[in-house]
Amino acid sequence: MHADPAGVLTGTHFLDGDHACCEGCLAAGARFASGYPITPSTEVVERFASRIPTVGGTFIQMEDELAASICLQGAVWGGAKAFTVTSGPGFSLMMEHIGYAAMTETPCVFVNVQRGGPSTGLPTLPAQADMMQARWGSHGDYGIIAICPNSPQECFDLTIKAFNLSEQYRVPVMVMMDEVVGHMTEKVVIPSADQLDVTPRKHTHKSPADYLPYQCNGDGSLVPEMAHAGEGYKFHITGLTHDERGYPNMTVKVQDQLVRRLCAKIENAKDLVAYEAENLEGADVVVVSYGITSRVAQRAIDQARAQGLKVGKLRLIIAWPFPEKVIRELAPKVKAFVVPELNLGQMVREVERAARGAAKTIHVGHAGGGVHQPEAIVKAIVEANQ
Amino acid sequence: MAKGSVSIHVERCKACGFCVEFCPTKVLALSSAFNSKGYHPPQMVAPEKCSGCDLCGMYCPDFAIFGYRLNAADSANAPDKEATDAR
Amino acid sequence: MSTIPINPVLPFLRTDRMPTIWCPGCGIGTTVNCFARALLDSGVDLKHLAIVSGIGCTGRVAGYVKLDSFHTTHGRAIPFATGLKLANPKLNVVVYSGDGDLSAIGGNHLIHAARRNIDIKVICVNNLIYAMTGGQTAPTTPGHVITSTHPYGTFDPNFNLPHLVEAAGAVYVARWTTFHVRQIARSMAEVFKKPGFCFIEILSPCPTLYQRRNKMGDGLDTMKFYKEHSKIKNGVSTSEVGLTRNGDIIVGKFVDRDRSDYLTMAHDQFVEALGDRYVDECAAECCEEGI
Ligand SMILES: Cc1ncc(C[n+]2csc(CCOP(=O)(O)OP(=O)(O)O)c2C)c(N)n1
Ligand code: SF4
Ligand code: SF4
Ligand code: SF4
Ligand SMILES: [Mg+2]
Repeated sequence: MHADPAGVLTGTHFLDGDHACCEGCLAAGARFASGYPITPSTEVVERFASRIPTVGGTFIQMEDELAASICLQGAVWGGAKAFTVTSGPGFSLMMEHIGYAAMTETPCVFVNVQRGGPSTGLPTLPAQADMMQARWGSHGDYGIIAICPNSPQECFDLTIKAFNLSEQYRVPVMVMMDEVVGHMTEKVVIPSADQLDVTPRKHTHKSPADYLPYQCNGDGSLVPEMAHAGEGYKFHITGLTHDERGYPNMTVKVQDQLVRRLCAKIENAKDLVAYEAENLEGADVVVVSYGITSRVAQRAIDQARAQGLKVGKLRLIIAWPFPEKVIRELAPKVKAFVVPELNLGQMVREVERAARGAAKTIHVGHAGGGVHQPEAIVKAIVEANQ
Repeated sequence: MAKGSVSIHVERCKACGFCVEFCPTKVLALSSAFNSKGYHPPQMVAPEKCSGCDLCGMYCPDFAIFGYRLNAADSANAPDKEATDAR
Repeated sequence: MSTIPINPVLPFLRTDRMPTIWCPGCGIGTTVNCFARALLDSGVDLKHLAIVSGIGCTGRVAGYVKLDSFHTTHGRAIPFATGLKLANPKLNVVVYSGDGDLSAIGGNHLIHAARRNIDIKVICVNNLIYAMTGGQTAPTTPGHVITSTHPYGTFDPNFNLPHLVEAAGAVYVARWTTFHVRQIARSMAEVFKKPGFCFIEILSPCPTLYQRRNKMGDGLDTMKFYKEHSKIKNGVSTSEVGLTRNGDIIVGKFVDRDRSDYLTMAHDQFVEALGDRYVDECAAECCEEGI
């Protein structure tokens, strides 16, 4: 369906990534946010707090991230589209509720404007060191989606995509920004509402008598239909292992069925692959990057090409689920993958695993606080080519 | 003649004794019979004293008993224990 | 033949989940029984009533009542309920949880929801212990009590919950014990009609992990203790209602006052600041098209 025009600020704007992300939330139909201030993410909710009373909806500043990350889920079950925004330390506090959203299949969006860690780390400076946390941060097995914008325009576009995927798959979606993308100001084009597709809630059409909260419809979809509080369904939701009725059932069999489905609905999905590819055909070295680092990598790729090297580019847009098949199929055709990222080795492990030894994998690490020097990436490309 | 009676869901009872203790007219006592979980559910030992006030019902943590008022015609054939057990 | 009526509380319960997990002599079921009677007596619209629990023995209440019911995470029932209520103000939202859940891990949320005067009704079953996890000390455990984590007796001072929530801003504060079934039902019915943050504390036996370990007998003995040692003092200052191991239990309705609730304050502020530009719509309306 089309976006609700009330939330769409159609026009050409000059916005930073945080503000663009907020506009993405509004355009996607989010009318509820609960947050707790933390640099460098706060601008997202500050803008939301100023915009939402003129659009219709609610922002609440909670007492901490534990509260913020569950408050929005209450709003979702009340019938709203909702999100929260945070950075490193706050993201750590939110982990239990990412698990709760995964377990209860609550569609919602968590925005993490990454900063340097661990702990309080570098409050005002960038990193990309929460990527594994986004995937594995909450305890137990579950599927998750993480999406990585590399510009303010993408902070708008991909935030809408994040909401749409969260509704389609009933899963929490992480928007993994970083301080540089969050604070860089660029042109952002916001189309008219009728040019924006938003995914409606997967609401049940069944009557309360026929409805079971976690029953899949037999149409092959692994995503059950949802009902909201106040509609007469009188359903039960729990973070305990539960059966199709939503009732606690802590048997090995029900655990197996439930957890496998929570993983499979994401891992087996065909349309959860999004990346930007350039010159992969015939490449000797492929640079795999995401977020702000992909923009630095672009410079390095251009420089290496100028030296006559055959360099391909693979930019992850959806980082989780990881595009394993793409890497696996590419690996035998290339000499090496070069993976620059603002951490000391996170997504590179996935590349290495997916390549299965068919190509070298070279990491270009950076502990955070700034972006790479393109020369460091060029150097790795040159080495990789040997 | 009894103004009220109780209905007992024997299988839900966990024999806490709350209903017995707090019945204002001491209508109930835990029986010597067992339910399938091994608990002794209550029975009416002084049915004629039951007012149907339902205090027993309010105290019961397991929704296993409740009291109700009988109208004059009903009180003549207040249900016996077997009938209430069947519920 | 007479017709035996059905137990009036059954329509409010998920009887397909009975028997409950609760031990014999546990008081939690009695509070639920009173809750069902309050629903019956108050005539509250069940379609628009949602219940939110945290984790613990009491946290299981949400699973046994036939309402839209949410069993959330440990300590976070109140912020979940806050989101539910603010996104969809048509809902009546009840939080039903244990003393540890609400006042230890969830203590920060408790005082902040009271401060904001979020229009939710909090029912706190206080068994003075962390029961679900095996009888550890809670912030409500009085001094000189044996718990699994204070095997030589507790010494850290306990919270007086009515005093705490009153200070934080609750508009309605009452305490009863599971002996006071009619008063509990009446208080519960009362708070459905009272806008703002309401708090009902119910002292409840945990024979398995509190009383027996402290040689206080079983559930019934505790009920008798409540009967003998409770003093009803409506309107008394909450500073005087702290609990000790063997002392009197002051019960009653302590606070009943009026204060604008969060949504009313938000509405008024936006009207004042934004005038006609204010769009007074709730967040949940965004999804109605999708239904
Ligand atoms: C984050 C987290 N920490 C700890 C626990 C373990 N836990 C479960 S219930 C509970 C205490 C419950 O005590 P209370 O709220 O008083 O409920 P009761 O069982 O006494 O009714 C604890 C510590 C948990 N589930 N989650
Ligand atoms: S209904 Fe009243 S009088 Fe009758 S058994 Fe129950 S408590 Fe006693
Ligand atoms: S109160 Fe209920 S559970 Fe307890 S003894 Fe009576 S019937 Fe049984
Ligand atoms: S452990 Fe205590 S609180 Fe939990 S069910 Fe048993 S008696 Fe009740
Ligand atoms: Mg407790």
